[in-house]
Amino acid sequence: MDEPIIEGLDPPPPAPTGLNILVCIKQVPDSAQIRVHPVTNTIMRQGVPTIINPYDLFALEEAMRLRDEYGGQVTVLCMGPPMAEDALRRALGLGADRAVLITDRRFAGSDTLATSFALATALGKIAEERAIDIVFTGKQTIDGDTAQVGPGIARRMGLNQLTYVSAIDSLDMGRRSIVVRRRSEGGVQVLRSALPCLITMLEDSNVVRRGSIQDMLRAARAPVTIWSAEEAGVEDPLKCGLRGSPTVVKRVFAPSPREESAEMVTVEGKDPARIGEAIIDLIFARDPKLEVALTATAS
Amino acid sequence: MSEHFDAIVVGAGPSGNACAYTMAKAGMNVLQIDRGEYPGSKNVQGAILYSDALERIIPDFRDSAPLERHVSELRFWMLSETSNTSASHRNDGFEDGKPDRYTILRAPFDKWFSKKVREAGAVLITETTVVDLVKNDKGKVIGVLTDREGGPIYADVVVLAEGVNGVVGQRAKLRPELKPQHVALAVKETHFFPEEVIRERFNLQGEDDGVVIEVLGSVTSGMVGTAFLYTNKESISIGVGCLLADFAKTKIPPYELLDRFKRHPAVVPLLRGGEMKEYVAHLIPEGGYDAIPNLTGDGWVIVGDAGQFVNAVHREGSNLAMTTGRLAGECLAELKAQGLAPTNDNLKLFRDRLGESFVMKDMKKYRKVPHLLEKNRQLFATYPRAINQVMQAYFRVDGMDKRSKEGIALRNVAKARGGWWSVATDLVKVARAWR
Repeated sequence: MDEPIIEGLDPPPPAPTGLNILVCIKQVPDSAQIRVHPVTNTIMRQGVPTIINPYDLFALEEAMRLRDEYGGQVTVLCMGPPMAEDALRRALGLGADRAVLITDRRFAGSDTLATSFALATALGKIAEERAIDIVFTGKQTIDGDTAQVGPGIARRMGLNQLTYVSAIDSLDMGRRSIVVRRRSEGGVQVLRSALPCLITMLEDSNVVRRGSIQDMLRAARAPVTIWSAEEAGVEDPLKCGLRGSPTVVKRVFAPSPREESAEMVTVEGKDPARIGEAIIDLIFARDPKLEVALTATAS
Repeated sequence: MSEHFDAIVVGAGPSGNACAYTMAKAGMNVLQIDRGEYPGSKNVQGAILYSDALERIIPDFRDSAPLERHVSELRFWMLSETSNTSASHRNDGFEDGKPDRYTILRAPFDKWFSKKVREAGAVLITETTVVDLVKNDKGKVIGVLTDREGGPIYADVVVLAEGVNGVVGQRAKLRPELKPQHVALAVKETHFFPEEVIRERFNLQGEDDGVVIEVLGSVTSGMVGTAFLYTNKESISIGVGCLLADFAKTKIPPYELLDRFKRHPAVVPLLRGGEMKEYVAHLIPEGGYDAIPNLTGDGWVIVGDAGQFVNAVHREGSNLAMTTGRLAGECLAELKAQGLAPTNDNLKLFRDRLGESFVMKDMKKYRKVPHLLEKNRQLFATYPRAINQVMQAYFRVDGMDKRSKEGIALRNVAKARGGWWSVATDLVKVARAWR
């Protein structure tokens, strides 16, 4: 606030330095609160709160951690309906610097192929301003569970893809390389990659921060850049939305609830050890197989 | 450097939204803070929306607000354990096509209201809890402290629209802690049904017609309280609420009370085949006029549930919340326009205007009701049962002549209360409290 601001002139934008990081996020229905329509078996979206795909939050946090350490800018990018602006605003409140929403009726019904096409195109558009160093995504979304969009973007943009990353060990700005830990089936791989690259982050790889009151105020007022398909640089409508999506949903059904029964057992007494014994006896009496299995393991 | 706002509104419920909207519309620089994940996520109500209070804030709300059904029929039930005596009022001819009340679901409704507030120009931040007020050395409130890093935020005035159990006012000793006899605990379930099932089951004529059922009697097990059943578009809200002090005394868990209500023969067929999807609990301030705290001070105002503004007799609350919020907003905007600081003296404007409004007049009218109910629990148990017994006996055709039946019926009422004198005293007490 020390610099004098000349009225009528916006202060010049800070010269872009440091990392240019893009984080792709998705707004998803909060699956913990989702309802299936009892009659039609379809998902009832009305009244179900939406959240940022939880895996994406770990990607965002990792991106902001790198920004805080090496300098630069974190931009969040989202494709979705106009209401997805809420998700971007939340990301700003967590500390992201800039937000871009690509929204268009032509994007409706996109599967992972069409989504990665649209996002990659928009990323290309953003990269025209300044080259992107790292693209982050979560490992997958909780509504689709496919984990295909991140790799799809990487393929289209020709980026090295580092999937299922649990930690970023180091980043060398001079040599433009990054070392990450990647979870694989047999264990952990330590990988070095050149920048630019695409990283999909695993859950619990970091602790998502809480923005400051200033972050929240900025987020509440910051403009979210909104692009139509055309503005995002998407030229081929056949690659978008339903038409660009070869995935076909053949049937939707609600799994029948599992047969579960709970029973309350009551044991009287004051000595905790004895109560414990008595409860175990009761359980074993009800389920003798469990006793055999457990005693076999114990011995 | 920390920012300075004209006003900070704590809470994004009906009173907070009404207040923030009114001030923002008047050109004030308003910050609204809510602790919920999104505005309204923590808000709970029956829920009935009374048109008038909202119409005075957003006249064309019907065009865009998510309303469930407009209430064309009110039913009053008086239950004993196995029977039900009821009365109802139905009105299909709304003048000018503008019904005076609707059922709503609070989550979508509050989101809509909050969007209007932001469109009016207020700044909203969510997931942020105001933990304390900031005062200057003269004791004037000058801002709030939140649970986020970044220090306090300052404003000329802080509006506490933090709800029945908001801690800020209590912590800052602006209002007393709630007393169990001044607050009711209500529990509610939402059961889902296809739209046509609801229409058939409740005899609804038009697409958006709805029914509200208010219930007295055995369902509260002798506690001071009522039960309710409201029709939404694709769901039914069913709940029961009683004084917290009574729950503490009877040790009946609230969900068990609700279960008993759901098992009543009058309710079972209405709920058959539905799917229960939501269970919520909420406190309702029912201390009445005498429990209203000081509403203003230097740099602060209290509105809505935080000020105990609920008319328990008429089941009105959200409309009082919106009205107190609106009036506070209007007064604060007027003071600002006149260049007057929101001191306690200047806020007399708000206290006066509230006093002239229906809000204070109604609160005053029923001033004695909470005291009456507290000491006369028979009104909730004995009479509904006696009335049901009388009806049963009177309508049974069993060879007894009608004159004898009338005599027995009257004697039964007296017997239920231990004599006519007690019945007469009850009548007088109720009439006095109502006056």
